[in-house]
Amino acid sequence: MIYDVAIIGAGVIGSLTARELSRFKLKTALLEAANDVAMGATKANSGIVHAGFDAVPGTLKAKFNVKGASMMADYCKQLSVPYKNNGSLVVAFSEEEKETLDELYNRGIANGVEELRIIDREELVSLEPNISDEAVAALVAPTAGIVCPYELTIAAAENAVSNGVQFIRNCRVTAIRFKEGVFSLETAQGMIEAKYVVNAAGVHSDEIAKMVGDNSFDIIPRAGEYFILDKSVGNLVSHTIFQCPSKLGKGVLVTGTVDGNLLIGPTASDIEDKDNKATTLAGLNDVKKLASKSCKNVSARNAITSFTGVRARATTDDFIIGPIESNAQFINAAGIESPGLSSAPAIAVYLAHIICEALGEVEVNESFNGVRRDVFRFRHATDEEKAAAIEKDPAYGRIVCRCETITEGEIIDAIRAPAGARDVDGVKRRTRAGMGRCQGGFCGSKVVEILARELGKDINEITKFGNGSVILFDKTK
Amino acid sequence: MKKELTCVACPLGCQITVEYEGEEVFSVTGNTCKRGDAYARTEIVNPTRSLATTIKVINGVHPVVPVKSNKPVPKNRIFDCMKVINETSVNAPVKIGQVLISDILGTGADIVATNND
Amino acid sequence: MINYDLVVVGGGPAGMAAALKAKEEGVRKIIILERAETLGGILEQCIHTGFGLHYFGEELSGPEYAEKFIVQVNNAEIDVKCDTMVLAISEDNIVTAVNKNDGLIKIQAKAIVLAMGCRERPRGALEMAGTRASGIMTAGTAQKYVNLDGYMPGKKVVILGSGDIGLIMARRMTLEGAEVKVVCEIMPYSGGLTRNIVQCLDDFGIPLRLSTTVIETHGKERLEGVTIAKVDERLQPIPGTEEYIECDTLMLSVGLIPENELTKNVGIALDRVTNGAVVDEMRQTDHKGVFACGNVLHVHDLVDYVTLESQLAGKGAAEYILGKAPESVVYVSPETGNGVRYIVPQKINIKNPNDVKLYFRVGKIYKNAKVVLECDGKVLSSKKKVKLAPGEMEDVTVTADVLASMNENSKITVRVEE
Repeated sequence: MIYDVAIIGAGVIGSLTARELSRFKLKTALLEAANDVAMGATKANSGIVHAGFDAVPGTLKAKFNVKGASMMADYCKQLSVPYKNNGSLVVAFSEEEKETLDELYNRGIANGVEELRIIDREELVSLEPNISDEAVAALVAPTAGIVCPYELTIAAAENAVSNGVQFIRNCRVTAIRFKEGVFSLETAQGMIEAKYVVNAAGVHSDEIAKMVGDNSFDIIPRAGEYFILDKSVGNLVSHTIFQCPSKLGKGVLVTGTVDGNLLIGPTASDIEDKDNKATTLAGLNDVKKLASKSCKNVSARNAITSFTGVRARATTDDFIIGPIESNAQFINAAGIESPGLSSAPAIAVYLAHIICEALGEVEVNESFNGVRRDVFRFRHATDEEKAAAIEKDPAYGRIVCRCETITEGEIIDAIRAPAGARDVDGVKRRTRAGMGRCQGGFCGSKVVEILARELGKDINEITKFGNGSVILFDKTK
Repeated sequence: MKKELTCVACPLGCQITVEYEGEEVFSVTGNTCKRGDAYARTEIVNPTRSLATTIKVINGVHPVVPVKSNKPVPKNRIFDCMKVINETSVNAPVKIGQVLISDILGTGADIVATNND
Repeated sequence: MINYDLVVVGGGPAGMAAALKAKEEGVRKIIILERAETLGGILEQCIHTGFGLHYFGEELSGPEYAEKFIVQVNNAEIDVKCDTMVLAISEDNIVTAVNKNDGLIKIQAKAIVLAMGCRERPRGALEMAGTRASGIMTAGTAQKYVNLDGYMPGKKVVILGSGDIGLIMARRMTLEGAEVKVVCEIMPYSGGLTRNIVQCLDDFGIPLRLSTTVIETHGKERLEGVTIAKVDERLQPIPGTEEYIECDTLMLSVGLIPENELTKNVGIALDRVTNGAVVDEMRQTDHKGVFACGNVLHVHDLVDYVTLESQLAGKGAAEYILGKAPESVVYVSPETGNGVRYIVPQKINIKNPNDVKLYFRVGKIYKNAKVVLECDGKVLSSKKKVKLAPGEMEDVTVTADVLASMNENSKITVRVEE
């Protein structure tokens, strides 16, 4: 079979693009090197829907950010993904930094960001009582929001598959040939043929581009380290708090998450190895130090975990979106660093549009349903809803994750869902099982059992996140 | 000869001093019970340990059932005992207290189930 | 709505002992709600021996200790629902629970005993850099895999933390053929029982490195190694002391935390040191009719003490239900003097007619020290101790006649004298 489109990379861009393409009668394949969607930069970033004042006017970042951010609330609603329009603040800590606020304000106006305004310390304190004593003013962007990037991606991939997209995991692309108008992709799952290729391979997108002779950019991986703090301090701030960008860097942010935790970070350090997601003592110390500059009472003592994300920063310093010079059927969606998440819906629509244009007469998929399946969340249900759910399926009556109150039924749903979970981390991202205070201490082994049972495997075949991330070795006896 | 021992007979962990020559024990001090005295003497002459592990169960609820030696076995034979235990499997049902291997390696200790399965 | 005299949350050693004692004291309708599939709690996976020496005078394994109580519960007309999770407790003692068969259940209780146990402190709470490879787990999780599921969670193991579970697992993994390379302990002393260091580490030549911690994990998929380093007095890693150790598994035994989410949600006051409820001598919390015992109250090192404490709670709950509790209540709070980290119970009703045992832990290791109990400046008792260690719970008794001589302004203190 020859696919109309093969998308390389099931991050937020690839998955949303797949979903956009499923609106049409196209044979689309979504190829992912890892064992799950959202395993690269999508998994580990700030989860901010930026208002759009940061990017330089005229860049692709500026163009897609403002458009994408305006689409986000609606997208999240269709995909039943939590989204919160919490607004953001860029805080100035000196008179000099106040000038930066003016600069950002003007940029925002040029980019078409609405409702921006600059406030003084008094108003700032009334908005954010825990703001640092050194804060003097702030730029308020009421249109900014927060979203969980991997939940959005999981939902998009799931919905895409429901609408006919083929999702192929563990499918690293190792070589691409182009002959008679068709690409042959050599992959870990065998040869895959497609008329159009979308390169949404994140930190590896430069390597994919080079496979078809596009040497126009490189990816310089840049690591960012974060702490996630306990829900008990999730309400420390109500807005996303940015620091003024300076010569020293962009600073770190302090923000609530859609799940009610507090997120602080990221650092920014260029690294050699694109797949190195290790945290460092120095980096984590920086996060702690820098975050306390913004807010009082931010303490890493409340940390429940830390992580590193690797940004796919391109040498061109802007998004690279569109067909390559030498081949109109190979389309890059590369260099998607911040504000990539905010831009994703707009980029996806744009990519689907240019592919359909190029293909000519594309029929609309009449049976497309953009609304994701109902996801039952026990912890959010009323007593009546809980009772009804258990009556329908007793598995909803068995709590597996005690900290987050996640039932066996929800875990089974996550595994059986289109593009569903195949490993422990996949279950965790879809259900929050293992994401609470005990970090899977109690439920980890139960999740392993459920995965094994559902997938028809032995428990020592179950991994944390695919490949060699095995949890158990041989039987003791 | 003088030897300082930490008694493992119970969780108190008394610090015991033993004076001995070869296998002859002259004095035991620091213990707070008779078991401590006995422990110290055996520790000099023939150190023993109780062994707890699991044994393979066929057709049980769990794949393994916990077992223990009903009396201590010589310390230097622990791994030999493990080898025997690992080569053994039992059929369900297993009752708590059931002897699964009797007189393991001639030590006089039985390996008994410590749970039902 | 179902009605019970007593609802016991948790069917481990604490919950079972409390329920049995309450039954014995004459409480009629009792139910135990247990989240696991069987009674027994964590004892089911603690297959090593050493349980019951104090209480039964014999050396039992965890399942054997539990079985003695399970048999009694089964014969005592106490209702049990396993695989049942308590979701909430209301202001007026209505317990909401859920399970597969009954769905959502609501139980009106006259009294409640909280016996939910504790959980292990995870990695995230530690400042450890590095990758998120598989093979990093708590010692308790590893214990379940080996002892109940029959699988090896590792072949080359480093253990961080010398708490008892860590020590026990060092031996267990060694017996099953794994190589335990080292046990690192960030403190200058072990948090485990001395006898466990002797028979779990020394017996097998496993090194215990004190004032040492794991600062970084390596390996992209499965763990490939860890970097350990010595720490200074402020527990900060000392540059230049780093050492790489190849391993595929890192087991964490870095502390236990009482599981008090339910307790907090009822609004019960917690002790900041124990992370458990503030209780009186019968283990009653500041919420009338709600009692707490076992590891949910404070982490114990010996299950025998859990049993004794839970019997107190069971008796307290029974007296409360049957209207036999002392009518007049005058609370005095024992104070922690030099060297004492916490005392349970945190308050004593001096109108209580019985002796009261105060359980406490010290903050560091003492050799040849004295435990002094003082009341209003008068030394009531002074006990010589060869050794006091943070890992080993101590107790001292306030006798009934002393209590009778006290008034609401009396001050009672436990301290260590070097």
